[in-house]
Amino acid sequence: MQERSFPTPKAADESAHFSRYSLSALDRVNFIPDVMTLAYIILLPLLGALLPRLFIRLGRTACAWVTAAVVATALILLLDLAPRVFGGETLIMRLPWLTTPHLDIALRLDGLGLLFALLILGIGLLIILYARYYLSESDPMGRFYGLLLLFMAAMLGIVLSENLLLMFMFWELTSLSSFLLIGYWKHRADARQGARMALALTGGGGLALLAGILLLGHIAGSHELSVVLAAGAQIQAHPLYTLTLVLILLGAFTKSAQFPFHFWLPHAMAAPTPVSAYLHSATMVKAGVFLLARLYPALSGSDLWFYLVTGTGMATLLFGAYTALFKHDLKGLLAYSTVSHLGLITLLFGLNTPLGAVAGVFHIINHATFKASLFMAAGIIDHETGTRDMRRINGLWKYMPHTATLAMVAASSMAGVPLLNGFLSKEMFFTETLLLTRLGEWTWILPALATLAGVFAVAYSVRFIHDVFFNGEPVDLPRTPHEPPRYMKVPVEILAALCLLLGVAPAWTVAPLLAVSAASTLNGALPTYSLAIWHGFNTAFLMSLVALAGGTLMYLLRYRLFALHDRLLRPFDAKVQFERSLALLIAWAARLTGALENGSLQRYTLLLLLSALIVVASGLWGVQLRGPIAGSGVDAITAVGALLLAVSAVTTAVWHRQRLVALVSLSVVGLVVSIAFARFSAPDLALTQLSVEIVTIILLMLALYFLPQHSPAESSRPRMARDALLAGGLGVGATALAWGVLTRPYTTLSDYYLAQSLPGGGGANVVNVILVDFRGFDTLGEISVLAIAAIGIYALLDGLRLPLPETDAGGRRWAVDSNPLVLVAVSRPLLPLALLVSVFLLLRGHNLPGGGFIAGLVTGVALILQYVANGIDWTQARLRFDFHVVVACGVLLAALTGLGSWWFGRPFLTSTFGHFELPLIGELELASAMLFDLGVYLTVVGATLLILANLGKLTVLERERGEAR
Amino acid sequence: MELLFALCIGLLTACGAYLLLRARTFPVVMGLTLLSYAVNLFLFAMGRLATGAPPVIGQAENHTDPLPQALVLTAIVIGFAMTAFVLILALRSRGETGNDHVDGEDVASGPVKEQRP
Repeated sequence: MQERSFPTPKAADESAHFSRYSLSALDRVNFIPDVMTLAYIILLPLLGALLPRLFIRLGRTACAWVTAAVVATALILLLDLAPRVFGGETLIMRLPWLTTPHLDIALRLDGLGLLFALLILGIGLLIILYARYYLSESDPMGRFYGLLLLFMAAMLGIVLSENLLLMFMFWELTSLSSFLLIGYWKHRADARQGARMALALTGGGGLALLAGILLLGHIAGSHELSVVLAAGAQIQAHPLYTLTLVLILLGAFTKSAQFPFHFWLPHAMAAPTPVSAYLHSATMVKAGVFLLARLYPALSGSDLWFYLVTGTGMATLLFGAYTALFKHDLKGLLAYSTVSHLGLITLLFGLNTPLGAVAGVFHIINHATFKASLFMAAGIIDHETGTRDMRRINGLWKYMPHTATLAMVAASSMAGVPLLNGFLSKEMFFTETLLLTRLGEWTWILPALATLAGVFAVAYSVRFIHDVFFNGEPVDLPRTPHEPPRYMKVPVEILAALCLLLGVAPAWTVAPLLAVSAASTLNGALPTYSLAIWHGFNTAFLMSLVALAGGTLMYLLRYRLFALHDRLLRPFDAKVQFERSLALLIAWAARLTGALENGSLQRYTLLLLLSALIVVASGLWGVQLRGPIAGSGVDAITAVGALLLAVSAVTTAVWHRQRLVALVSLSVVGLVVSIAFARFSAPDLALTQLSVEIVTIILLMLALYFLPQHSPAESSRPRMARDALLAGGLGVGATALAWGVLTRPYTTLSDYYLAQSLPGGGGANVVNVILVDFRGFDTLGEISVLAIAAIGIYALLDGLRLPLPETDAGGRRWAVDSNPLVLVAVSRPLLPLALLVSVFLLLRGHNLPGGGFIAGLVTGVALILQYVANGIDWTQARLRFDFHVVVACGVLLAALTGLGSWWFGRPFLTSTFGHFELPLIGELELASAMLFDLGVYLTVVGATLLILANLGKLTVLERERGEAR
Repeated sequence: MELLFALCIGLLTACGAYLLLRARTFPVVMGLTLLSYAVNLFLFAMGRLATGAPPVIGQAENHTDPLPQALVLTAIVIGFAMTAFVLILALRSRGETGNDHVDGEDVASGPVKEQRP
């Protein structure tokens, strides 16, 4: 695989002015302890997510207090850093993590991040207080707060990430945790469906975003924001810019519920209201617009950006505002209004003007304040009346004047009434639409549509106020409404007060935060703007007036509009469509699976082989098979060997129904293969193949004892012809591949191994040195597989009952003389010899053909011979150790040898060797790799015997059972 | 030589694949064994065919490529473990279902009769 090289970010002068840290911080291993706080801000809620579940035992209030304490601590930490951000610094913290994919734990706190972190933590704190009173006794509060903290940590991660890949991980975490939050009332079908829909859309968008981020990193040469944000021109000149932009926008638009992906948001309203208030005002859906703001310097400025972002934003703004008016559900109205306001923010970022971006950031703040309070007010109303249908909840002013006042302030801000913060950003928006000139003679359309959207916004806001709090008497409410508990209103009061404060005195309240966050959004100088309440009687103010008047008029005409709406527009339920297409997809997948997987292994094998053939054949099609290198000549012995191999292989295939015959010829094939290894300079392979061959054949013989001796003739002729054709095709393909490779020149990386084997590994047998030293980690994995297979086999054999044939297929009884005398006489003295040979093979393996694998197999064969010759009982009585333990010791020994190198401060499995002078024996070379090889040896011996001895034991067991009966 | 070697690999592949497609477990295991011979020989051949050049320092003038050999060596042992596992699986399947069809149901002759008295 090719190493991708990222150019080290150059010490750019252009970024020097805004960051004290970013330059030196781009050094890979840079650790700035004094902003470690950044990590704690995320870690606190992440780890704190476990606390509510523990503290719920102490009661609901304690649980809420602990949760709030976690968030408050994080908030204090953030506020501690805030002055430095206001001072113009960009704080960057970096911990090296995964260095190869350039994924460090890199966090960043700048104005934009600060703004969002403040919103997340600040509103989060209010939500915790609110939820304490909202959740009923039967709701599991510990789970709620735990999930809320998890979600909060994920959101903080998004807004505080310096590395885009890290940000993406948190992005996915928000999708997952919001899924759990939306589906919190899991006993309700609508909650489950809403959660699933949100996950499907935001998760799908997340995939697009990942692709976009990877492309962006590829173009900019780094995934670090400091680099990406400074590379705007380079990114936009790149041919992949269009694709990158579309993918990233898909991620942002799905998250921020932009048209046509908006429909998950209203259905997410099935969540408890604190969740809606949190997710849909300040956090989840703001992640999308945050991304737009974050990447604004890198991606914005192009025509494509303008048309895509402004167009989508405008469509969402209008659609959301229109739909909101016709929702009778209180939360539905707020949901669509959220969709609409998100469209507005998107639109502002799409305008490609610095002032537009400022207005966008400003509206993010304002929307978070008024929408969070409105949702909470709606929750109170729902809580106190038992319904959210605005056709029934009327005239609540009489019952809850306090709540009504708060809700009216927030709703007025949503409508853009002067003296409230919503008015300020809305007027900035109107001004911006007027300043835009790029549309030529269509310039008028943007202000016109903006005003229209304003009219709708006023209309639904007026409806929210008038329908709910006035408009006659409540109709058939489940409960008699009254004011909620005192502290449930506190969060709403704070937010409503903020709406008013920001609206009346923006310069003394929000101005510094807006300035610093807008500056970091633009990654440069701020444009001049004024936050005054009164800008004179200009066109923008006129547009506001038109919106207010038109909206009120529209509300007065609402019944006619409702009727018209019901008549003209067939209700299009996105949820029904979504569920229907989901069901369709699942049914289609099930059909496809059913068609492919009919339960026949033969069919699977056929399909697998067929696709292998197709892949190879299509790849080889039209390729000159024969390479430039002439082959060497064939000598007579090799030719005879090949002929033997061919004959026995064909015999195995043709006579496979006569299983014993096939098995014998199969063993011939194995022998010829091991001779072939010896012939072509691979003595280690020859030895291994030979010993494995013996063990395999013994195993197959044992197994055959329990299986029918013959296969029935059940394949039809066409089927056999088809299989033969396919097999022939595969054979031709394999031949072509092998021949094609063998006749081509080649380069090897083995020169290193050959050169380093003696000096580096201390062994002359390069194959063995590779196994136990250079690639020891592979070998460790392989012996682990061997051990697992052996233990798996042991488990499979446990409790297995097999029909035991009394006679063979020809009706002959099995031989009574199970332990032939000659074999016994030969095998017993052979054992010490064989063990000696295997020790010899093990010891010399580092320098001459041999080693742990081969020695282990030889020992295994020698011991199995004892079983075969002397019977299970005799051998078992003398081999008094447990093969599991041998296997485990082997793997452990190998692993510990590897770990031993840590003791000396070296990487895992570093080997060492030395020469030692021993009395009598002389010079002896000892390598730590030998210990490793001993582990391999033990594993192989243990595994072989574990398999064979246990299978062999089965024959005895069965016989005993038979006799007992 | 190279062509002969390639032909042998092809033949082993073909025989192995044919047996792999049979309906009974034992031939399938044998097919798997043949196929693993073919694969091992193929992998081994990637280091090219050399005569009298074992990769043991000091044993010969030239050394053939040791890396494919090391890979094949472990492949042989792992191949044994897998063959053994499949075989025992086949036995277990026969123990559970009473027949040795790969799908666990004997289409042709019904469950094998217990031959115990």
